[in-house]
Amino acid sequence: MRRFLSVTRGVAWRSIHNTIVNPAILVPSIVFPLFFLVAFAGGLSRISDVPNFHYKPGYTAFQFVFVFLQSAAFGGVFTGFGIARDFDSGFARRLMLSAPRRSGIIAGYAVGALMRWVITGTVVTIAALIAGMNVSGNGVQLVGLIGLGIIMNLVAALWACGIAMFTRTEQAGALIQMPVFLLLFLAPVFVPINLLTSWIHDVANLNPVTAVLEAGRGLLAGSPIKVALAFGLLAGAAALMAVFARRGLASAERAG
Amino acid sequence: MAVELAADRLHARGSSGAAGLIEQTLAVARRSAVRTLRQRGLLIFPLIFPLLLFGINGSALSPATRIPGFPTHHYRDFLIAMPFIQGAMFVAITAGVDLARDIESGFLNRLALTPLRTEAMLVGQLGGAFVLGVVQAIVYLLVGFATGVTLVAGVGGALVLLSLSILIAFAFASLGGLLALRLGTGEAIQGIFPLLFVTLFLSSSSLPRNLIKIDWFKQIATYNPVSYLLEGIRSLVIKGWDGQALALGFGFAMALLVIAVGLSAPAMRSRLARA
Amino acid sequence: MTGAAAIEAEQLVREFRKGPRAVDGIDLTVSPGEIYGFLGPNGAGKSTTVHMLTTLLPPTSGTARVGGHDIVHEGAQVRASIGAALQEAALDAILTGREHLLLQATLQGLPSDERQRRSNQLLERVGLTEAADRRVGGYSGGMKRRLDLALALVHSPRILFLDEPTTGLDPQSRAALWQEVERLAHDEGMTVFLTTQYLEEADALADRIGIIDHGHIVAEGTPAQLKAEIGSPSVEVTPCDESAGDRVAELLSRFGEMHRNGRGTVTVQLPGGETQLAEIVRILDQAGVRVETLQLHQPSLDDVFLAKTGRKLEGAGEENETDAQPPAGRRGRRRRGG
Repeated sequence: MRRFLSVTRGVAWRSIHNTIVNPAILVPSIVFPLFFLVAFAGGLSRISDVPNFHYKPGYTAFQFVFVFLQSAAFGGVFTGFGIARDFDSGFARRLMLSAPRRSGIIAGYAVGALMRWVITGTVVTIAALIAGMNVSGNGVQLVGLIGLGIIMNLVAALWACGIAMFTRTEQAGALIQMPVFLLLFLAPVFVPINLLTSWIHDVANLNPVTAVLEAGRGLLAGSPIKVALAFGLLAGAAALMAVFARRGLASAERAG
Repeated sequence: MAVELAADRLHARGSSGAAGLIEQTLAVARRSAVRTLRQRGLLIFPLIFPLLLFGINGSALSPATRIPGFPTHHYRDFLIAMPFIQGAMFVAITAGVDLARDIESGFLNRLALTPLRTEAMLVGQLGGAFVLGVVQAIVYLLVGFATGVTLVAGVGGALVLLSLSILIAFAFASLGGLLALRLGTGEAIQGIFPLLFVTLFLSSSSLPRNLIKIDWFKQIATYNPVSYLLEGIRSLVIKGWDGQALALGFGFAMALLVIAVGLSAPAMRSRLARA
Repeated sequence: MTGAAAIEAEQLVREFRKGPRAVDGIDLTVSPGEIYGFLGPNGAGKSTTVHMLTTLLPPTSGTARVGGHDIVHEGAQVRASIGAALQEAALDAILTGREHLLLQATLQGLPSDERQRRSNQLLERVGLTEAADRRVGGYSGGMKRRLDLALALVHSPRILFLDEPTTGLDPQSRAALWQEVERLAHDEGMTVFLTTQYLEEADALADRIGIIDHGHIVAEGTPAQLKAEIGSPSVEVTPCDESAGDRVAELLSRFGEMHRNGRGTVTVQLPGGETQLAEIVRILDQAGVRVETLQLHQPSLDDVFLAKTGRKLEGAGEENETDAQPPAGRRGRRRRGG
């Protein structure tokens, strides 16, 4: 356990340090979610005038939850790019050689992703509050929303980690990003699910991200729904992705 | 002695005047087009990604048609303009990265040692953009039709739409070229790419300007030239023949092209060591 | 161009903003048909000099004429009379070899009916006919260099600039390139300005060598002249029987300055040159001295560099700052166009 934690600490420190000293990494990860918040909450706010659009805290809060969770997911995805780059540059081999417990490498990357997302999530939240977002949830409910974000970030980071370790090249960027992108956008992003029609309604119904989004929006609105389902889905996904990432690590070990 | 005479003869017959300029431009354009066609990733991703967004947002935002005053009952008719502009932005990046690669690798130095004229390089390097612009425009239009989009302006409107979208692709490609000449590396241009998309979303891409609720957002969309590019294309689909929208669309596209080329010329001259 | 120099530079200087003087007052003259070797370590100023002479970089001060044309005021005429294969091969990985040549031929203004013929001719000359229609991205380093050379020759220039043409090549490719350079100069009368950091390349190819260090030419002349400046050859004789060392020393003392080394070895300078070697062998044989080894040592260009700069050429590059090269597609402050 001690070795596992020391490897985790080392890898996480490097990940966080590289982000902080390299604005080219940190700035986009903050700017993009802010931009989405502005574009969606600002540009599409008229959508709340659509008949039967019901969300008490208002459209800014409605979009904030999506952007909050999206930033968590993409924070995890960007970690995968860093891992793939490490393989391309050969640094990953150095990590594999030095780490006594290699699973700590995965944990380290995941912790690094989470720490980066704490910065992003904070900035996005402050921006939304400045924009006049209404918050109706109580403390526990808001902690629940944050918890959803944390596990979302973990799931995405483990997914990205797995793909990066299986492929071991930066060329796999699209493969890391696309499924996450599709899962996020094939959910009720702009309107509640009851207003969606045709094929997208059916897809959103089956999409596990829908439950997470709705739970998050419910927590922010102070009317929690599907919370247990959301956490259950995310926990299950995290467990699955942990196995996937571990298998990726094994594949990288075999490749040498 | 034989070498001297041969060289003199070759240069006496060499390029001069307008004929030479056209030949040089075509040679550079041919190279640009060949490079673009041989990089399948450049063709496929800029085609698929905008269509993906069109497909998803076309359904996800369809309830917007129920907003009082929305100009059409079919949201895809409204949204179809977006892939054309997104595609043009991909063309900008492709053109910019290609030229940056030539700068970084020293290929531009090689061209600088020939009688290649600045004007030929400026226009010729858009050859790839022309290919991409045409392919994208045709594919987007066909996919639009296949998903139920109807063009109120008819067949003539389709031709005008294709012309406008190719002009927009040219304009953005020139912008990409200008960025390459100023920044000099492909990495820097890739870094600029997200900013282009910001301009797309801070426009009337998802809702008409008159229906944007937030005042400051509406102001930005009003001043954003991308709104007029979108509205020019969109007018042919939704309204038919709207002279003002078309004039603004073509006008802003031409303005972007002229400004980008105008600013690129001195930068290209500097890179090519021209008198 | 008979009579006039092919290349002449007078006090050529290139300074970079926030950088050192990469070229610090170079004077050189290259005759038509000559192979001029520009030898120096990394960062000496070789490539910067070439960039100026090929009009890719304006000089900070000084003048130069290439092919009889001023590099600053008559840039287009200079470019028309030169071909250049620069340090970066600068090829487009997506185009084929033939496409490169056709593009170059078009841009050089060759008539359309000559382009294909000229391309085929050059492909054959550099041995790339079979690979002509393959993308350059799949070429080996040697193939890229050969294509680079072919591109420089498309318009049959009178003057050819080669900037470290064999760096990174295997011995076979290098030898082939040397052969071609010699042929161009000796059979076609082309003037070749060749920069290199390899002693043996300059020694083998160049009619005259200019040795550059820290932006200055520190020595110039034919390889033989440069080496002769430093000293004469020497011969080292080791007798089979160590005790015969005194006898060897006595026999060879008449030839020149002598040193005794371990194991009876005697080293003697030959001010009369290597032609004295035959006499040494005859004298030792007549005296009945059995010789284990007999070695002739010639001064090398490295010895010349050492004598002029106090450093060996090999390894001097590590001490220099990197050649302050402009970025490809250079941005320089221009005195005037050209």
